[in-house]
Amino acid sequence: MASNRSAALAPPVGEARPVHQYYAFALMVAFLLVAPSFMYPVFLMNVLCFALFACAFNLLIGYVGLLSFGHAAFLGAGGYLSAHAAKVWGLPPELAILTGTAAATLLGLVFGLIAIRRQGIYFAMITLALAQMVYFYALQAPWTGGEDGIQAVPRGVMFGVIDLRQPLALYAVVLVIFLAGFLLIYRTIHSPFGQILKAIRENEPRALSLGYKPDQYKLLAFVLSAALSGLAGSTKAIVFQLASLTDVHWGMSGEVVLMTLLGGLGTVFGPVVGAFVIVAMQNYLAQIGSWVVVAQGAIFVICVLTFRRGVVGELGRLIKKPF
Amino acid sequence: MFELLGIPPQALFGQLLIGLINGSFYALLSLGLAVIFGMLNIINFAHGALYMLGAFVAWFLLQYVGLSYWWALIVAPVTVGLVGLVIERTMLKQLYKLDHLYGLLLTFGLALIIQGVFRNEFGSSGLPYQIPEALQGGRNLGFMFLPNYRTWVIVVSLVVCLATWYAIERTRLGAYLRAATENPSLVQAFGINVPRLITLTYAFGVALAAFAGVLAAPIYRVSPLMGADLIIVVFAVVVIGGMGSILGSTVTGFALGVIEGLTKVFYPEASNTVIFVIMAIVLFVKPAGLFGRAA
Repeated sequence: MASNRSAALAPPVGEARPVHQYYAFALMVAFLLVAPSFMYPVFLMNVLCFALFACAFNLLIGYVGLLSFGHAAFLGAGGYLSAHAAKVWGLPPELAILTGTAAATLLGLVFGLIAIRRQGIYFAMITLALAQMVYFYALQAPWTGGEDGIQAVPRGVMFGVIDLRQPLALYAVVLVIFLAGFLLIYRTIHSPFGQILKAIRENEPRALSLGYKPDQYKLLAFVLSAALSGLAGSTKAIVFQLASLTDVHWGMSGEVVLMTLLGGLGTVFGPVVGAFVIVAMQNYLAQIGSWVVVAQGAIFVICVLTFRRGVVGELGRLIKKPF
Repeated sequence: MFELLGIPPQALFGQLLIGLINGSFYALLSLGLAVIFGMLNIINFAHGALYMLGAFVAWFLLQYVGLSYWWALIVAPVTVGLVGLVIERTMLKQLYKLDHLYGLLLTFGLALIIQGVFRNEFGSSGLPYQIPEALQGGRNLGFMFLPNYRTWVIVVSLVVCLATWYAIERTRLGAYLRAATENPSLVQAFGINVPRLITLTYAFGVALAAFAGVLAAPIYRVSPLMGADLIIVVFAVVVIGGMGSILGSTVTGFALGVIEGLTKVFYPEASNTVIFVIMAIVLFVKPAGLFGRAA
């Protein structure tokens, strides 16, 4: 029964040699390389940061079956620490991003230790509640700037040579960070470690009976997901020169769920597509103002009722190959 | 007058009272969540939005129909209950065979829609709602001033919680409900209409939320986001109490409200987060929750 349900949540990934995935990856990289010539780079960098965030989130929901409703905490913590390190401590961008990522990793370890004690729906509620704690901290602590956030974060010069004030240099760095994170996740889910994660998702008692310790695997996956979310948040803070409360609010946790659901839970490319669609929607529908939230709610409802595989999941089913 | 740890008693009892009021809402909302979860295995993320909807129905009734607070106490839960009926029949029904998480995602989407629509129509600052005449004023207890309306909220919440407990634990309908929670197919085989029972349970759970919304209307302003942050605290309350027992969630709700109030007196910086900290501690000591059954 339990295995049936989780199988419905994320259809198992075929184990055939995924040549078509390499093609899809090449296509994605090619698109991202030429895209700045006809699309606004800041928009693309926003997409890339959210795509990395959604991929990190998907690692948990898609491959371990854990729905975290508090991932904004990691995005936000990474952003605040990275912004603080760059602005107040005057660190170069690479160290600022590293600081933010390390902070999110540590936070992920603490949250993970608490949250993996319960499963399913409780896991979602616990992560949501823990993230709300981070939100209130960011609202009240003196160094996070309250409602204003940390503004005017310097972009700086990376490794002493790459001047991030140049839009294209910045775009290249963000692209490299995204691809590195994406490949790390891809490698993780296709490694023996990833196989055990899927085994735990399908049938935890059986994985336990085979001698694996599910809690350790879940914790490691959770920390990895938090770290990559923190990386996305840290990069985003440097790109937008801003760390704000929006990134730690529960609305952001919901948004990353929506991106992943829309793109396809448990698919490799789904979160990227989902992030692209949602960020584009926010950008181009900005004139309808707060109706965007209503539209997002409607997409949630439609996805859950009729479109549970998401864009990429449906596509993969159509041509009978998992992406 | 006496002083306690350097805190003037007015402040202490004042916060205690606010804690009890908040606790009433925690109790009513977590009770509804627990009842729905027991039957549908779904965490109703739209609970906060429907609580807000209840308050708005009360406001509409007073503003446009001229129906008083007392009518609102009945009409708002019925209206929202009907909304719940429609939600369950048209949407939630399709999800029972799937992973429970889809129910959470669907109701989260519904919450975004409901809250978004109201925010567009009414802004986020909120609308005032008058305390009904019969409950205006208050009494002086010597050490503090006790507004009548607040007494009323605490008492009526307690009564509703106890009545719900009685209905579920001591009546025939409640017995059907508990049996259907344990083993729906067996209960169905005995000729009881389980799908209808499920629908009614959901409608009742959200009606409780709307009732809490009407109670809250005169205390907080009627605002589109009044339920959005509250529901997250209520989730923590539910995790702390565990969803196994009705009296358990009532006690947990009130107790956490009081603890939150006291924190506001002794260490105000932590008052927003104290419930989440308690949740983390409880998860380490007793993962199933204080009144929960081990999964």
